[in-house]
Amino acid sequence: VERFALWRWERLLEDWQLIAAGLGRTVATAGLALLLSLALGVLFGLLATAPWRPARILNRLYVGMIQNIPLVTLFLFFFYALGHFKLYPQAMTIGVVGLGIYHGAYMSEVVRAGIQAVHRGQLEAAFSQGFTYPQAMRYVILPQTIQVVLPPLTNQAVSLIKNSSVLAMISGYDLMHTVDSWVAETGHYGPGYLVVGLLYFLLCFPLATLARRWEERAAKARGEVRAQ
Amino acid sequence: VKVLLELQQLFQYENLRFLGKGLLVTLQVAGITIALSFFFGTLVGIARWSGHWLLRRLAGAYVEAIRNSPLILLILFAKFVTALPAMTAGIVAMTVFTTAILAEVVRAGLNSIDRGQWEAARSQGFTFGQTLRYVILPQAIRKVIPPIFSQFTTVVKDTSFVWVIGVEDLTGKGFVILGRYASTAQFFALFGAIGLTYFVLCWLLGRLATWIERRQSWLSY
Repeated sequence: VERFALWRWERLLEDWQLIAAGLGRTVATAGLALLLSLALGVLFGLLATAPWRPARILNRLYVGMIQNIPLVTLFLFFFYALGHFKLYPQAMTIGVVGLGIYHGAYMSEVVRAGIQAVHRGQLEAAFSQGFTYPQAMRYVILPQTIQVVLPPLTNQAVSLIKNSSVLAMISGYDLMHTVDSWVAETGHYGPGYLVVGLLYFLLCFPLATLARRWEERAAKARGEVRAQ
Repeated sequence: VKVLLELQQLFQYENLRFLGKGLLVTLQVAGITIALSFFFGTLVGIARWSGHWLLRRLAGAYVEAIRNSPLILLILFAKFVTALPAMTAGIVAMTVFTTAILAEVVRAGLNSIDRGQWEAARSQGFTFGQTLRYVILPQAIRKVIPPIFSQFTTVVKDTSFVWVIGVEDLTGKGFVILGRYASTAQFFALFGAIGLTYFVLCWLLGRLATWIERRQSWLSY
């Protein structure tokens, strides 16, 4: 109980600006990484379903590699590898690029599944109307995938926010790193970790709930009634 | 020639043994976490799916709280707030985290089983527990083998987080070595080797999943 004593919480309140700054950096990093991963997800999702073999192979290489290598390894690699080429980017840049590439692979799997869920006849119909392949994808297929891919993409966004905490392992000055340094310095582990947990929860829970709502709505639209 | 010499130094027997020890730690953490969280995940999944309001609420609160917090935080919490030994703390935190995720997967599997299966089993004189154990669960788990194994793969990858509390797993040992052999060639060779090791582990898990799925689909006919 002493670990959670009141005076420890007071100290935490005094240093709120420190934590707010960390939170800000986490939100900025996660936001930018989300944009990058969405872009990569759509791009590689399209490559995965392209009628061109090298494109599919390229997608398999990317997704296969990312899905089987830890994010920590990826971060540490970027962090130290660039130093060998006399490049010293900020930790936040590494965070955006690393998280973007990592979750981009998972998102491309979602997009691929979404495209494959659209009936093949849609593509043929578009061709018969004189659409080229890119046009058919852009105007006919992709718009139809949105309802299917939105819930899993949102779940990926939640994972991305949570995984941004891995930046703490390369001194990323994000929320996790800020609070972790703070508790190491002051010894107030209990309050520090509880507050940081609550902050991550506040970031993630609304998104996770939104994803579940959409999922349920989509299931209902498909006429699946869950026996509960 | 200089590069070859550097690589020879890097991959000398002692270093490989050292990395091997890290690999054993990784396998140990991953293996125990996978076994425990599969067991507890099934229990929590059943609780969340069950009709009992209290069990359901408790399981729901647990799953929501854990699924929305970062794993690193849980690991740090387990180490510094509960004062467990580092490796135990890592395993406990990873089990708590993975249990929540597997519980959701198991629940989805249970939801997908037709009500008729219940009624059929109960009408044959199976008790509630027997129905669950012998009729419903095997079918439910079989349906969710792919997501369960993809989560197992994530467990193997996430074991690298335990280095944050000083457990020297494959990643940790790699970094100790990197402190001594820091030339460009050595860096890339070492990272390539570590990445490849994780890749092979995860790939084997994926093969295992495919194998189990195929064998089971064959058995069920």
